[in-house]
Amino acid sequence: MDSLTSAASVLAAALAVGLGAIGPGLGQGRAAGQAVEGIARQPEAEGKIRGTLLLSLAFMEALTIYGLVVALVLLFANPFAG
Amino acid sequence: MLDMLNGLLFSPLASLEVGEHLYWEVGNLKIHGQVFITSWVVMGLLIGASLLGTRNAQRVPQGWQNFMEYVLDFVRTLTRDQLGEKEYRAWLPFVGTLFLFIFTCNWTGILVPWKLIELPAGELAASTNDINTTAALALLTSLAYFYAGFSRKGLLGYFKGYLYPSPIMLPFKIIEDFTKPLSLSFRLFGNILADELVVGVLVLLVPVLLPLPLMVLGLFLSGIQALIFATLASTYIAEALEDHEHEAGHEEEHGTEMA
Repeated sequence: MDSLTSAASVLAAALAVGLGAIGPGLGQGRAAGQAVEGIARQPEAEGKIRGTLLLSLAFMEALTIYGLVVALVLLFANPFAG
Repeated sequence: MLDMLNGLLFSPLASLEVGEHLYWEVGNLKIHGQVFITSWVVMGLLIGASLLGTRNAQRVPQGWQNFMEYVLDFVRTLTRDQLGEKEYRAWLPFVGTLFLFIFTCNWTGILVPWKLIELPAGELAASTNDINTTAALALLTSLAYFYAGFSRKGLLGYFKGYLYPSPIMLPFKIIEDFTKPLSLSFRLFGNILADELVVGVLVLLVPVLLPLPLMVLGLFLSGIQALIFATLASTYIAEALEDHEHEAGHEEEHGTEMA
């Protein structure tokens, strides 16, 4: 693999996870904050709120995982390697 | 076999490997031997635990039986919350198996010192850090909810649901059938592999103390991932079983309430 492709792949891998984690991170933080407020307001609904929150966090996290998979592909199974 | 199947489904990712593998030749197939070894250990653990829990069963449970009944109750609550009182019994074995297998794979990957066992190539680790394992589990889930839909509504009845609430939704429903197993497999695979990579890198840098909190975090996260996989599997099955045409009188609750 030539050095330009290597350098570009490494940068792309870093950006894929780094940028890909911003949105879900903000979203998850906001969701968790609202969930905590909801539990504080209505403690008896804690179980219901926690369950819904966990599912929501999983869906948001999947977006970052896609970025991680792209990064792993570029690092370990690079389709652009000549 | 999983490699071939994976090659068909994820052509660009078919060779996605981190490190090396212990390859076994089975006919014309090359399979990851280390994944099978750790999977068999996990199966042995689960079967052993179940046999111990049911041997000398007593009405007032003691010791190990008590613990296993707690596990069963947890899995049952998880399934019932998604599938409802009427439906969950038929699917409890499947969802329970998914949860316990994934959970035990994840935790043995972190807790058992596989490093002490030398292999000719590759290394032993959690089975779920291999995309083949997670893709197989995700496809099992797809088969399960298709079976649920077909057995409940028949072939035409199930696919008629794809036009609900409007035919405009048809392309999204079709795409969904591909993204569901994709996200299930990638989420689990990405989480487990990422945790192991992070711990591995930290061990290289600071061998003794620093990796420990991350391993504890890994135990927590991998437990959550097993829970989420099983919960989503239940949810997909519940969606397939749901009867839209009688939704007005629908009394079952498909919430995500947890004990």
